[in-house]
Amino acid sequence: MIGIILLALMLFPVYWMVNASLQPTGNTLRGGWFPTHPDFSGYVTALRDQGRSLVTSLVIALGSVVLSLGLAAPAAYALAQFPIRGTKFVLLGILITQMVPSIVVANALYSAYNDLGLLNSYLGLILADSTAGVPFAIIIMRSFMQSIPREIIEAARVDGAGRLRVFRAVVLPMSVNALITAGLFTFLFAWSDLLFALTLTTTETVRPVTVGIYQYIGAQTDQWNAVMATVVLASVPAAVLLVVAQRHVAAGATSGSLK
Amino acid sequence: MRSRSRPTPDGTPRFWEPLAQWLFIVPAATYLLLFFGYPIAKNIVMSFQQYTITTFYTGAAPFVGLRNYSEILSSDLFSKALLTTVLFTAGSILGQFVLGLAFALFFQRSFPLGRVMRSLLLLPWLLPLVASATTWRWMLDADSGVVNGALRDLHLSSGVPWLTGTSQALVSVTLINVWVGIPFNTTILYGGLQDVPTHLYEAAKLDGAGPVTTFRYVTWPLLRPVVSVVLVLDVVYTVKVLDIILTVTGGGPANATETIATQSYELSFQQFEFGRGAAMSTVLIVISLAFALVYLRANRRAQNV
Repeated sequence: MIGIILLALMLFPVYWMVNASLQPTGNTLRGGWFPTHPDFSGYVTALRDQGRSLVTSLVIALGSVVLSLGLAAPAAYALAQFPIRGTKFVLLGILITQMVPSIVVANALYSAYNDLGLLNSYLGLILADSTAGVPFAIIIMRSFMQSIPREIIEAARVDGAGRLRVFRAVVLPMSVNALITAGLFTFLFAWSDLLFALTLTTTETVRPVTVGIYQYIGAQTDQWNAVMATVVLASVPAAVLLVVAQRHVAAGATSGSLK
Repeated sequence: MRSRSRPTPDGTPRFWEPLAQWLFIVPAATYLLLFFGYPIAKNIVMSFQQYTITTFYTGAAPFVGLRNYSEILSSDLFSKALLTTVLFTAGSILGQFVLGLAFALFFQRSFPLGRVMRSLLLLPWLLPLVASATTWRWMLDADSGVVNGALRDLHLSSGVPWLTGTSQALVSVTLINVWVGIPFNTTILYGGLQDVPTHLYEAAKLDGAGPVTTFRYVTWPLLRPVVSVVLVLDVVYTVKVLDIILTVTGGGPANATETIATQSYELSFQQFEFGRGAAMSTVLIVISLAFALVYLRANRRAQNV
């Protein structure tokens, strides 16, 4: 019983977020505990102001998924199945990446991007946002690929398939679930990023929705319903992830920390 | 791996074998070196330079030895930010670990909808931090926030300055961070609880042990390795928290919620004192690394169990 009450308390902010987004326009929330008269004007304003930011975030997050999986999948396979000497060393390196604060990366990337012309670019943010995704994807996919029986791989090799061919035709199809899990998480990491979006952009040309929200509240807006509507829209991918990959999320969370 | 005595199945010469294997790793390794290795090195170099906004125009960043460090370490703000970081981290971890463990124990008993509830609990962890922080900022608003509204309705208080009082603001951001951190703690501790052999519980029951005794002598000792890993990860993740504080209080009121991480961000990206910001980040790296070493040791112990 106490557990249920605690859980309700834990989820209350999520409910409140949705409730607030459905209130009519106004400075204060005169609405009640329930959105009895749902008012979508907040969403109209939100889409007008932040529609482009949402698309920007989507492009960056999808780009980060492609990049992270493209880098992580082969590496995970090698670390899981090949008897390479440096495996332990690489894994240690991946663990250390978890300890590096993003602000450290942002500090150094700002000047590097400035020289390379990557500030205010999709590519720059995709590359930076993948710092969360790549190590995570390697860990998740590696722990899955370790369970692929060696016999299957050996058999394919005996049939004369090269390493790449085995990877493409045997390992990847078997790892679809792990790929989906890793992909969803890398999407979410990039989608949720605020720090890189804040530090590696100086203009409005490339503005993810997280920065949109941040500027919204900075502007002391009187349209809280629009702010909250944007917040709800920005939260949709998280909810989708939970519904689609319920089973994988918990597994991912655990394998990300305890190999 | 030493060169194997038997030829490879597809007949490639043996010395190609390790090379072909490394080719799978090289792209990811290169990325990690460029986006983690380089920043760490660059950050340390910058921390010894006078690296400011003018550097971007003139390209000059003279070495100034330890001046950045002496400047940040001697400022009044630093000791305050360090204390705030310690309080914020300690409070966050205490809260999220205790409540996370409570939830994990709660979910251990099987009951209808248990699994659905367990995945619902993950929501606070999966939402973009800006989104949840904005929601909380709205909920904690002194005048129109729902928290004070509820307190007023219950006649408990006439309104707590959650975000505008100096000590209250720190409590607020800590609470929000606890809320974000609980699901992660629950998930991992729940996984650890699943690995406790059930026959031990049965044996404890036969010996007439109550729930408290069972927890103390069966569950806790077996959970210990997982606990140490969780706690260290909590520290490492909490020390670098930025989004929540930036969104909810922006470090205010009167610097009450400035941590080492927010200081580093402000020095670099609001005052454009990149050298000093880098020095501040280096302090952050040192703190994280210290705990990383603890983590690696704890992890090794966990794997030996």
